[in-house]
Amino acid sequence: MIELKDIHKTFTRKGQTIEALKGVNLRVDKGDIFGVIGYSGAGKSTLIRMVNYLERPTKGRVFVEGEALDQFSPVQLRKTKKKIGMIFQHFNLLESKTVYDNIAIPLVLLKQDKKSIRERVTELLQFIGLADKADSYPKELSGGQKQRVGIARALASNPSILLCDEATSALDPQTTKSILDLLKKINEEYHITILMITHEMAVIQQICNKVAVMEQGEIIEQGEVLEVFGNPQHPTTESFVRTVIQTSVPESVLQSLSPEGAGRLFKLKFAGGNASEPIIDSLIRKYNVSVNILFANMSQIQNTTLGMMIVQLGGEDRDIFRAVEFLGSRGVEIGELQDLQEFQNRRKDPVIAESHKDRVIKEVTAV
Amino acid sequence: MNTIITADQLFQALRETVVMVGVSLFFGALLGIPIGIVLVITRPGGILQNRFVFAVLNPLINVVRSLPFIILLVAIIPFTRLLVHTSIGTSAAIVPLVVYVAPYIGRLVENSLLEVSPGIMEAAEAMGATTFQVIWHFLLPEAFGSLILTMTTATIGLIGATAMAGTVGGGGIGDLAISYGYQRFDTFVILVTVAILIVFVQGIQSAGNRFARKARRD
Ligand SMILES: Nc1ncnc2c1ncn2[C@@H]1O[C@H](COP(=O)(O)OP(=O)(O)O)[C@@H](O)[C@H]1O
Ligand SMILES: [Mg+2]
Repeated sequence: MIELKDIHKTFTRKGQTIEALKGVNLRVDKGDIFGVIGYSGAGKSTLIRMVNYLERPTKGRVFVEGEALDQFSPVQLRKTKKKIGMIFQHFNLLESKTVYDNIAIPLVLLKQDKKSIRERVTELLQFIGLADKADSYPKELSGGQKQRVGIARALASNPSILLCDEATSALDPQTTKSILDLLKKINEEYHITILMITHEMAVIQQICNKVAVMEQGEIIEQGEVLEVFGNPQHPTTESFVRTVIQTSVPESVLQSLSPEGAGRLFKLKFAGGNASEPIIDSLIRKYNVSVNILFANMSQIQNTTLGMMIVQLGGEDRDIFRAVEFLGSRGVEIGELQDLQEFQNRRKDPVIAESHKDRVIKEVTAV
Repeated sequence: MNTIITADQLFQALRETVVMVGVSLFFGALLGIPIGIVLVITRPGGILQNRFVFAVLNPLINVVRSLPFIILLVAIIPFTRLLVHTSIGTSAAIVPLVVYVAPYIGRLVENSLLEVSPGIMEAAEAMGATTFQVIWHFLLPEAFGSLILTMTTATIGLIGATAMAGTVGGGGIGDLAISYGYQRFDTFVILVTVAILIVFVQGIQSAGNRFARKARRD
């Protein structure tokens, strides 16, 4: 478990002070794969380096497994660092040592005997699938292979926490996926808590269960990944979400909508189980409404599906009310798009405001 | 071509050069490598940052390095006497050669070590390595190829300096060239000694390059 409490970090360089972190609070629970996302310069690296004290906070406290790092002597601090593995964007492997020796380093530092080092390194080489590369040098490996070695090295001393600083940012999408799969496997098989920073939402989407969004040294939004993806609050978060989930309605669809068209417009949001149920089918069969799907989008966030749909419901207001109620009862988030004109002018999908939703409910209740 | 030196004299001179270069390189490295390491770890932002040590050592090296070898040779004669109980001969020449080459090696080693990527140092720190472990398991192995080139450069610098060591009766190839070739107009000696020095320098440089390449796995 990792806890950062009111962390401030100020750098001074050439008389200029830079506030890299401005009162960050973060809690990573055991077993989490916690992702921190933000644009370059947001303070992500500074943040992750607080956890193993590569960088010390100017103000605030860091707790690892419940213990404050600032109370540790240098010896205790080194001991704690051995329980925290770290991997890097540029791998940081020793070019002068073989894959085997690179993975062995943390154990050599622990002064373990040759035999137990051999056992552990062999096991790790198997785990990362590079048993045949034991005697190769990093120069002879691809980026993905280098990161695998980096991961094995980080795991050698059996840490309970793994820190990943842009671990996949130097890799192509295919390799990124395989590294992320490996990290997921580490989390599941070894029960290692992972804190990773990235500027790619796709990385968060694939393996994280929690996410924090950083901007200018502050965390502007954090929570369960599904929650944040489904309902981003901050514009920056929204733009990150939009890089992986299409939330905007295509232009052609927008223009084809006409106020005189039969029926009212609704936006539906599905999450989790209900996304796979034949809800629309039931809607048409059980209620006396016509359903015209104008736009639909499904996104996979790990094992959960997140769906978004814009439909036109036609029929008697009373029937539409009952249909809306049915959708609500099935866990679908539903809101009516009142002002088509405005909607069209904005040319993007509006996040339906809570009040808007209430209006729909009130209106339909009034019927 | 006529000459006034014998083959024995030539071999004697060769031996003296090899001894002077070899011994002073050994002691020079023994002092210079730690100097280079201390410079790197105590510098601002280094793993054992120490304002005081760095502020004393850094200019001190510059002072010693700014002295021409011939001045240094004479200036430290009392120190040489103290150390080897004589101020002439091969062993007397070795003392100033070491004093000359150690700070030079220190500076070259410093540069080599600074080439090690900050990422490696960061990884070492993240692993909770002690200062000694950082030096021994990360800095030195990573800089090894570059350190070989450093020692190559230092060796060649020493060969040049040994020529002047003849001034205190150190002997050697350079001395032979000056006292016979130059002062007694023996062209043959000049040609032979210059040829030998060229072969030395070329040989050492290409051996150094080859080892460095091997160490760097290019
Ligand atoms: N050692 C340092 N000295 C001075 N400024 C720094 C240092 N490390 C980071 N910064 C500054 O802090 C800010 C945040 O940097 P960083 O944490 O690396 O951001 P990110 O990883 O999100 O790109 C940047 O403005 C950067 O220039
Ligand atoms: Mg960064």
